[in-house]
Amino acid sequence: MPRRDDISSILLIGAGPIIIGQACEFDYSGTQACRVLREEGYRVILANSNPATIMTDPDFADATYIEPLDIEVLTAIIERERPDALLPTLGGQTALNLAMELVEAGVLEQYDVELIGADAEAIATAEDRDRFKTAMQEIGLEVPRSGIAHTMEESLAVIAEIGLPAVIRPAYILGGRGTGMAHTHDELVFMAKRGLEASPISEILIEESIAGWKEFELEVMRDRADNCVVICSIENFDPMGVHTGDSITVAPVQTLSDVEYQQMRDASFAVMRRVGVETGGSNVQFAVDPVTGRQVVIEMNPRVSRSSALASKATGFPIAKIAARLAVGYTLDEIPNDITRKTPASFEPTIDYVVTKVPRWAFEKLPGTSGVLGTQMQSVGEAMAIGRTFPESFQKGLRSLENGRLGLNCDPAERELDAVGDEELLARAAIGTPMRPFELEAVLRRGTSVDDVYAATKVDPWFLDQMLLIVEERQHLESRTLETMTRSDWRRAKRLGFADAQLAYLWDVEEDAVRAARLARGVRATFKTVDTCGAEFEADTPYHYATWEDEDEVRSSDRPKVVILGSGPNRIGQGIEFDYCCVHASFALRDAGYETIMINCNPETVSTDYDTSDRLYFEPLTAEDVRNVLDAEQPDGIIVSLGGQTPLKLAGILPPELVVGTSPASIDLAEDREHWNALCARLEIPQPAGGTATTLSDALSIVERVGYPVLIRPSYVLGGRGMQIVYDEEALRSAMEELAGFGSLGREGGLSAERPVLIDRFLEDATEVDVDALRDHAGEVLIGGVMEHVEEAGVHSGDSACIIPPVGLSAATLEVIASYTRALAAELEVIGLLNVQYAVKQGQVFVLEANPRASRTVPFVAKATGVPLVKVAARLMLGATMAELRVEGLLQPPVDGDHVAVKEAVLPFNRFPDVDAVLGPEMRSTGEVMGLDRTPGLAFFKSQVAAGQRLPTSGTVFLSLAARDKPAGLAAGRRFHELGFELVATAGTAAMLTDAGVPVAEVVAKLGEEGTDAVELLASGRIDLVVNSPRGRGSRADGDHIRAAAGQFDVPLLTTAAAGLAAANGIADWTSHPLRVRTLQEYHGRVRDDLDGR
Amino acid sequence: MTLRTAHLVLADGEVFEGEAIGADPPGGVASGEVVFNTSMTGYQEILTDPSYAGQIITFTTAHVGNYGVAADDDEAARPVCRGVVVRDLARRRSSWRADGDLQEFLEQHGIAGIGGVDTRRLTRHLRDHGALPGALGTADPDLLAAAARAEPGTDGIDLVATVTADATWRASRHDGVPERRIVAYDLGMKRMIVRHLRGIGDVVVVPASTSASDVLALEPDGVFLSNGPGDPAAVADVPSAIDGLLGEVPIFGICLGHQLLATALGGTTYKLPFGHHGGNHPVRRLSNGVIEITSQNHSFAVVDGSVPGADVTHVNLNDGVIEGIECREVPAFSVQYHPEAGPGPHDAAYLFDQFAERIDAHR
Ligand SMILES: Nc1ncnc2c1ncn2[C@@H]1O[C@H](COP(=O)(O)OP(=O)(O)O)[C@@H](O)[C@H]1O
Ligand SMILES: Nc1ncnc2c1ncn2[C@@H]1O[C@H](COP(=O)(O)OP(=O)(O)O)[C@@H](O)[C@H]1O
Ligand SMILES: [Mg+2]
Ligand SMILES: [Mg+2]
Repeated sequence: MPRRDDISSILLIGAGPIIIGQACEFDYSGTQACRVLREEGYRVILANSNPATIMTDPDFADATYIEPLDIEVLTAIIERERPDALLPTLGGQTALNLAMELVEAGVLEQYDVELIGADAEAIATAEDRDRFKTAMQEIGLEVPRSGIAHTMEESLAVIAEIGLPAVIRPAYILGGRGTGMAHTHDELVFMAKRGLEASPISEILIEESIAGWKEFELEVMRDRADNCVVICSIENFDPMGVHTGDSITVAPVQTLSDVEYQQMRDASFAVMRRVGVETGGSNVQFAVDPVTGRQVVIEMNPRVSRSSALASKATGFPIAKIAARLAVGYTLDEIPNDITRKTPASFEPTIDYVVTKVPRWAFEKLPGTSGVLGTQMQSVGEAMAIGRTFPESFQKGLRSLENGRLGLNCDPAERELDAVGDEELLARAAIGTPMRPFELEAVLRRGTSVDDVYAATKVDPWFLDQMLLIVEERQHLESRTLETMTRSDWRRAKRLGFADAQLAYLWDVEEDAVRAARLARGVRATFKTVDTCGAEFEADTPYHYATWEDEDEVRSSDRPKVVILGSGPNRIGQGIEFDYCCVHASFALRDAGYETIMINCNPETVSTDYDTSDRLYFEPLTAEDVRNVLDAEQPDGIIVSLGGQTPLKLAGILPPELVVGTSPASIDLAEDREHWNALCARLEIPQPAGGTATTLSDALSIVERVGYPVLIRPSYVLGGRGMQIVYDEEALRSAMEELAGFGSLGREGGLSAERPVLIDRFLEDATEVDVDALRDHAGEVLIGGVMEHVEEAGVHSGDSACIIPPVGLSAATLEVIASYTRALAAELEVIGLLNVQYAVKQGQVFVLEANPRASRTVPFVAKATGVPLVKVAARLMLGATMAELRVEGLLQPPVDGDHVAVKEAVLPFNRFPDVDAVLGPEMRSTGEVMGLDRTPGLAFFKSQVAAGQRLPTSGTVFLSLAARDKPAGLAAGRRFHELGFELVATAGTAAMLTDAGVPVAEVVAKLGEEGTDAVELLASGRIDLVVNSPRGRGSRADGDHIRAAAGQFDVPLLTTAAAGLAAANGIADWTSHPLRVRTLQEYHGRVRDDLDGR
Repeated sequence: MTLRTAHLVLADGEVFEGEAIGADPPGGVASGEVVFNTSMTGYQEILTDPSYAGQIITFTTAHVGNYGVAADDDEAARPVCRGVVVRDLARRRSSWRADGDLQEFLEQHGIAGIGGVDTRRLTRHLRDHGALPGALGTADPDLLAAAARAEPGTDGIDLVATVTADATWRASRHDGVPERRIVAYDLGMKRMIVRHLRGIGDVVVVPASTSASDVLALEPDGVFLSNGPGDPAAVADVPSAIDGLLGEVPIFGICLGHQLLATALGGTTYKLPFGHHGGNHPVRRLSNGVIEITSQNHSFAVVDGSVPGADVTHVNLNDGVIEGIECREVPAFSVQYHPEAGPGPHDAAYLFDQFAERIDAHR
């Protein structure tokens, strides 16, 4: 069945902002889908609110709507574009849920848009856990015993049936939001309540707990002709009870016999057929009782998922691409396997290596979280590693995380466990936490038997024995020295995944010495190819991984080569924006005739798609792994300034002459406080007073000089890691301890002369401004974008909303900012990108920091202004000038359109109810959205909707503001009043408002006092919006009960008066303007007449 | 960790280093034709498949032995392959089904092997140069090289005689299965096939040398031709026996059985460069266009268009190799791949029912 030509335009819904449970993988799948559908000649209409994605580049769709993802907006887009079809299966749960809403609202019917890739019936059967279970029983598949509840009464009734412990899971949620395991009656009551709230249809499933069973996933595809194939089988290292997204997972399945595997394969097809997924990819999850082999079905996702991205990278089979083709009518056998080219896609990949995915969490940034893993996903990113065997791939995976670990222990951080007693250690290893693999290794190293460890932890004995191999090898290596290591010793150690750095730790020598000794013995990395077929067929896939074998398969060419170092696993502070940058550089340089070579280990990303660059090395971003690739490729240049902090940390080990763009020296210059201060002094650019300290007494003497409050932070970190605002000596002391101590920062290097603490006078009530600029080697500087932050300085730039153009800044201030930026760019001899952050206080401009590298905001600026900043920067780094690029047409003037762009951060608080939802100088957002419209108010309003916070247009606003916020708060309060909102406030705020003549309907009592307090008020549902700014920031935050309650009862919350004012203005504009949607192409000046007026 | 260094040397002189696993071969040398299999599960079924007689099996999947061995998974009384090559042999098994470790199993059955090998390099070599004779073991590489050169391989050799049953034996149909008598030629038959046949009738298993008249004397409702090792052109007697059976009773053949049916019909066979050995081969069933993911294990194949009086029913989508034929005049059909699975996908199990239908239609 060939391509369908009864449809010509297709609407694709993206996944929106990066949130826990839904990350870059949907940019990867969406981008592939856009590519394919356009290749097939369809008109692609894309809706996605996330500006940091590749898919929202104007080149990837015919009509790109960076608009909020809700049905009002989508309806407007559909009405405007009249697509023939809607493809909802590549935008994660978000797209799927929206598609369902559009169906239910009758929108698709009204505009007769066909749902392709999945139908409503199938989605409902898969997503509604009750229907799903019934369906499974119909086809004779086992599921855990369970019952459905819509109320607390029903919940208790179910428990009476199946007993405790039990798993609570809401219907229609993603990443396990609101799910949990209840062991006691109280836990049950609590979780049932939370679950009923979390489910959009307030329905929960209560299920017999099978924690401790083995967990598996199959990635399956089906076409219109009912051909079904398994693309990848995945086995979880962590047994049932830890969400797959939080589990270490391994491909292919390791501990199932063929008999069991084929049974599972048959079952997965049966599930897909019964659910009714006619074409595309699905993910089916199973649990297996390790004692009896009983297999039960856990769930199926009728769409491309996180695991599909993993499966694609693990096998080389591009699931999203194929899924898109299937959706438009092709069958698997009509699509060539683009790796072998000769064979069709209707086959099942076989792999001759082992893939390990290791999640990365951010608990250290979310005080109040327990750090215990459960049925609800909490990780913010993941790394994938490829090795020929499990031990190799496992150790590679662990060192890919960039959390200071070098592998499975055998590194300085392992000492953390030395103090822990054997029994305690085993007890800890029984609980899923980020530390579990390290605890397991330590327990085994202390001599506990595999059987005992298995009994306690239920981690499969095969995995444990593989870990024991690593342990034994380590013990063997301890008896060796650099001198006595034989070739076969080296080979065995490397084949078990030991990094040179681990050996350096073991023998207490320099890593370079280890490397030298190893090379002297002729033991070097070899590179193999990911080819979907275990080498059965010839493949020229440019997709490689390092291992320690006989034969090297890489054929390097003699074209000029540039290596781009990626940004590794997603983490708060370093995410998809940097992948966007690396991908853009690769595109631009390929176009310019370079051979581009990508090194990265994040399976979710577009950068690790094997056709993004000329060659992909799926490798950890460590000194050793990167050097191995450089040895193999002998590149002409290396780009370190686009992948965030990750590649910068490596700049030191690279041959300086190969680093293109701004020199590592000047990058250091900007990071090193002494030099930086001197430089600013030289240029007469004011900075907040401050200094650097490595000891408490240094710190105290600095504070003597500059006075409280001060902002303290470590150097060489991204996202304000460990940054705190400190108001008194006590707080200062504890902060210094935290930084020096064995906290996660200590692990990342602790304090030393090279990595001192920076202490600055904290500027209160200052406006923060972000600037992204470009400079070429000829000295021309281009200000790419100036962003005015909505929240005042003190809220991390990554967490605050910002706006282009900076409507609130005077021409004079803007001129000062521009000239400072030019001066800094010149002084730092920037070639490429420069990001500068300023704080403007009472008209005076202070510089906070300058980063001569790609910043988080670059994609946003590029989309707001239409200037492809990174593509240009990449070319500048390789010697082009802006003048030349103008001639070429790559660099065009920014669009001076009439539009305003607002970037808003998306925070993970709804997943961590115990974390105070207050903003501070430590970044905690996981993603961002963009609002585009005619006025700042409209753009801000859209950005709020896009971020999942629908501002009310009428009702009651609850204000509770810190003293210093009261001026801004008053303005906000007055505005809300004018808009007809009723105001309620806490005593102080109420007084301030009434004194100024703004009526307050009700004064909210303090907790425990007479009258309704905030919690009762919010519970009552009478409040439509909360504006609550705590006194002080971070540690000093108060009123957290208000914010907690707002979160719990799902009331929109703003935590700064500034945001409150912006919201009031937004609401004003929103209520007075009709909804308008426009494509990026239109904003960028490529207006389409056919749609004008509409 | 007392690992004994071992080598694998191919007839063309290519040397691979690793450590000894499995049994100690006499004189530290085990030789055979080196082939690779790309299945990710089912090593025990593969090792015990009599079709591997005379061959050294390379597993491309990285870890082998993880779930141990279970008596249930034997495809024959004992493995008859000549050796095994793996990247990693599991030291400890994990499976509720297992009753032993693969290492013990290899030792018990005297199968020598080599672990720690860059099996990907080996596979690429075999892919490019075709299946090659080779020798592995702890002996000196020069000895191994000599043994490899001396190894005849499988071309032109009748290996069936070495694996067929020495006497007739019977297996009764599963409960509730209607009465049908199926005579099965054991050319190195897998147990999984007997299991499937018992799902359609009583089975009388006969040695490869059994004549057509002796078979007809058993009054079969259908005759089955099993899988088996080696070069079809070298298999004595069977084709002429088939000739005597064509038209008398419905015939169903698998793998070698397929090649011999084709031969009996006047077709010719040829050797594939490195054969099909794996569990992921896409085959199109021409009658309805549906694709089956199939389990395959053959080094020889039927020459396209060489079989008069038969239609091609199945084709391999990877390389167009003929995977199934059916006679126009008489009830006889066969497939090159393994619908019985064991190991591998179950997609083609319908072929046994098709055999039953042919039988019933013929009665
Ligand atoms: N009955 C159960 N007993 C124990 N753990 C379970 C059970 N059901 C699910 N889990 C765990 O919860 C995780 C999430 O469940 P799942 O149904 O996959 O929800 P999601 O849609 O969030 O992926 C699973 O990966 C598994 O580890
Ligand atoms: N002296 C200061 N006064 C007020 N706020 C500051 C000051 N220095 C930094 N900040 C705030 O802290 C945030 C993080 O500081 P920054 O130097 O940008 O760290 P990072 O390198 O993590 O971006 C800034 O975005 C700003 O809001
Ligand atoms: Mg799941
Ligand atoms: Mg900053």
